[in-house]
Amino acid sequence: MTVGLLSLLLLVLAALGFVVGRQKAIASVKGDTRNLHSLPAYYGMGVALFTAVPAFALMLVWLLVQPVLIEAQVTGMILPEDIADGSSRDLVMSDVRRIASGMDVLAERGLPEAEFAKLVTDTTALKTRLADAGVALAADINPHVAEAAAVYRAEVATGRAWLAVAALALAVAGFLLAAMRVTPEFRARNVVEQFIRVLLVAASSVAVLTTVGIILSLVFESWHFFRLYPAKDFFLSLTWAPKFGGGSSLGIWPLLWGTLYVSAIALLVAVPVGLMAAIYLSEYAGPRLRSVAKPALEILAGIPSIVYGLFALMTVGPFLRDWLARPMGIGDSSSSVMTAGVVMGIMLIPYVSSLSDDIINAVPQALRDGSYGLGATQSETVKQVVFPAALPGIVGAILMAASRAIGETMIVVLGAGAAAKLSLNPFEAMTTVTVKIVSQLTGDTEFASPETLVAFALGLTLFVFTLGLNVLALYIVRKYREQYE
Amino acid sequence: MSDATGHVTSLLAPDARTKARNAAERRFRMIGLSAVGLGLLALLVLLSSVLGNGLSAFQQTSVALTIPLDEKKLDKSGKRDPAAMAKVTTVGYGKLIQEALQDMLDQAGVDTGGLKPKELMGLLSKEAAADLRERVLADPALVGTTQTFEAMANGRVDGYFKGRVTLESAKRDANISPEQLELAQRMADAGLIVTSFNWKFLTNPDASELRPESAGLGVAILGSAYMMVIVLVLSLPIGVAASIYLEELAPKNRWTDLIEINIANLAAVPSIVFGILALALFINFLGLPQSAPVVGGLVLTLMTLPTIIIATRASLKSVPQGVRDAALGVGASKMQAIFHHVLPLAMPGILTGTILGLARALGESAPLLLIGMVAFVKDYPAAPPEGFFDPASALPVQVYSWTQRADPAFAERASGAIIVLMLFLLTMNAVAIILRRRFERRW
Repeated sequence: MTVGLLSLLLLVLAALGFVVGRQKAIASVKGDTRNLHSLPAYYGMGVALFTAVPAFALMLVWLLVQPVLIEAQVTGMILPEDIADGSSRDLVMSDVRRIASGMDVLAERGLPEAEFAKLVTDTTALKTRLADAGVALAADINPHVAEAAAVYRAEVATGRAWLAVAALALAVAGFLLAAMRVTPEFRARNVVEQFIRVLLVAASSVAVLTTVGIILSLVFESWHFFRLYPAKDFFLSLTWAPKFGGGSSLGIWPLLWGTLYVSAIALLVAVPVGLMAAIYLSEYAGPRLRSVAKPALEILAGIPSIVYGLFALMTVGPFLRDWLARPMGIGDSSSSVMTAGVVMGIMLIPYVSSLSDDIINAVPQALRDGSYGLGATQSETVKQVVFPAALPGIVGAILMAASRAIGETMIVVLGAGAAAKLSLNPFEAMTTVTVKIVSQLTGDTEFASPETLVAFALGLTLFVFTLGLNVLALYIVRKYREQYE
Repeated sequence: MSDATGHVTSLLAPDARTKARNAAERRFRMIGLSAVGLGLLALLVLLSSVLGNGLSAFQQTSVALTIPLDEKKLDKSGKRDPAAMAKVTTVGYGKLIQEALQDMLDQAGVDTGGLKPKELMGLLSKEAAADLRERVLADPALVGTTQTFEAMANGRVDGYFKGRVTLESAKRDANISPEQLELAQRMADAGLIVTSFNWKFLTNPDASELRPESAGLGVAILGSAYMMVIVLVLSLPIGVAASIYLEELAPKNRWTDLIEINIANLAAVPSIVFGILALALFINFLGLPQSAPVVGGLVLTLMTLPTIIIATRASLKSVPQGVRDAALGVGASKMQAIFHHVLPLAMPGILTGTILGLARALGESAPLLLIGMVAFVKDYPAAPPEGFFDPASALPVQVYSWTQRADPAFAERASGAIIVLMLFLLTMNAVAIILRRRFERRW
């Protein structure tokens, strides 16, 4: 039974539960619902919830755990000698999965199950059959692997069958239990509300689970990486030269340098422009200009980063190359740190300006009035009173902008280039941490090699960096807010 | 501020110091104004660059051919058996097209300039024969009749009429010769090559490196739509449930503090990190398929949740306490007060926030790169729910993969795809604004 069909069945059962619960409640008081503790719908809802929710929860957990268990069992069947040179257990396992899925396709086309037992022993026939089914395998199939695939497939099928049985049994049990409890005195509303409360708590913990998931996946895979590649070289080496096939040097510094360089240029563009725009719009601009300029800047904030990336690639890059880098003779590439930095700066302008706008508006009017009363001009007030008062908040905003600049991907992928270099020339192509995460993880790569796993260590570094900047920024902003409350 | 030197100053003529201060004031204002101007200029340049590069993707030059679909060539048995007809390859159909093209040129009296038949065919898209074959196989009754068929022009010819390819550049180009372009010009003068709106750009799947003219956004739009459905179905209920708990029910304790900090931080985690999570958790650990909308939808859900939770909480907070008190006063339970009264009043705000969250998710590309959505997908995904597990592309990722191709025709396509993406975003934002204007209540 497929998961979709099972879900549908559970939903039907739950709907049935609602009707039965409600009817039973009404019948128990002979139609006079005033004698019920709760409204009749609550009795129905109680039955429906107890039918559907535990069964769905079981299904979810089962689907998460089953592949792990089966994988562990089937991996054990593959002997060390089945793993060809230059291959790995993971690769063999992915073959097993592909053979199993090919067998599923064959079974769907009406190949009787008895045939599979023959095919497992006759691996050449199996290979041609699988090729028909759209699963092309490079090498000949090892009999052990074929056997493992058959076991894998059988296990998945039994797992699915047991899942259906268990989920349906649980649903029916919940149904009966809840339906039996329906009496006029039963406090159905309280029970239902308690149940819903549990569901709400579960929903709110998704955020925590996401964070845990991020940290676990990053740390776990980085740990794998550091077992294959010394941590000392990763953090201290000054060269980045991955070679698929071993012997690569994977030092983070060239990437980190590119990231920081691009981010610094972006902030040099975004902070003055964004800050001054915010000051002008909140202190000087008339309502007419404000009503045009603010939404326009918000549009800039809503544009996806891929659009900025394309802008960098097609417009800004060639422009900077032809008008600045080539005439000055300092660069010949349209993708450069400058290109990515300028475009990223444009992207960050609305972010900086909206954050600083909030902060400037939070400075009490009394401070400004006091300054005007002493005879200061408007700009003197802004420079000498408002700005210092808002400074902690503005620093927080800059840190948040920096964290976004460091984590930005599409602009640097399309605008900064791919060469890992430690250079000071901003018109040279350099690369960043995010670019390398993308390039190491896209394409067909073997998952167990350090060249791929390094992406997780890079991701971990990135995560720690941005998280640190954000926590610091939030701390500064909060601390600052307390002053005026 | 009197002058220490003591000489007489007029009230009407500002002294040097005042002049300096006023000048500083003016300077500051100008700097501020130019900062605003710079921001607006950047927006203007960005939009005009995208529009300028991309609008031509919506135009396509094509040749309308009248093709007699000869039974002898397409279906020798005459039984209209699709399996037998499928044996005629695109080469066979290519010959039909070539003859039709030759006929048309002869009839119109256009001088072919001594081009060989093969070079004549070079004017048309390599996709034309496959298109015609597909059309005939889908409707075998066409065999034996004479049909008009719109064959797309080759990408270079198309580029010539859009000004991207010139006679100069054709000299250095292995794929097209100046003679071919001159013929194309003569055909256009005779009205044989026409330019029309390019619907296929919106419906066709991606195409290979050599056929930019037939590359379209069909699969990408479908994939994006599937992902948006998943994001909406998952993130709206979960986000609303989480916000209700945090805003209305949660006691102030360590656990709720932890959740709050988490949500604030999740909103700031770089999107690429979510991609790593999806790769490690959904694909490697749970074994979900690569490039599938279901994985993309799940990771975008996780990214959208903080946005929706923040919007929903703000909107719940804006419902006055009096509404809750009144409901509780007439005997409603806390849950009833929330679900029957507070939530409906907060709904417009929640929907606005959800649409804005979806709009952001629609434009997100970095995490999708990592889960393999850059793969070349030529087949449309099936209808949901199976289609959620089929490989598909997504709009922003399609833009990225087109920028990685060598032919400049793909750069035009990428900008065109951006225009489509921005139109979707604009529509969603407009809907959100209208919703807010119509239903938002000021208490």
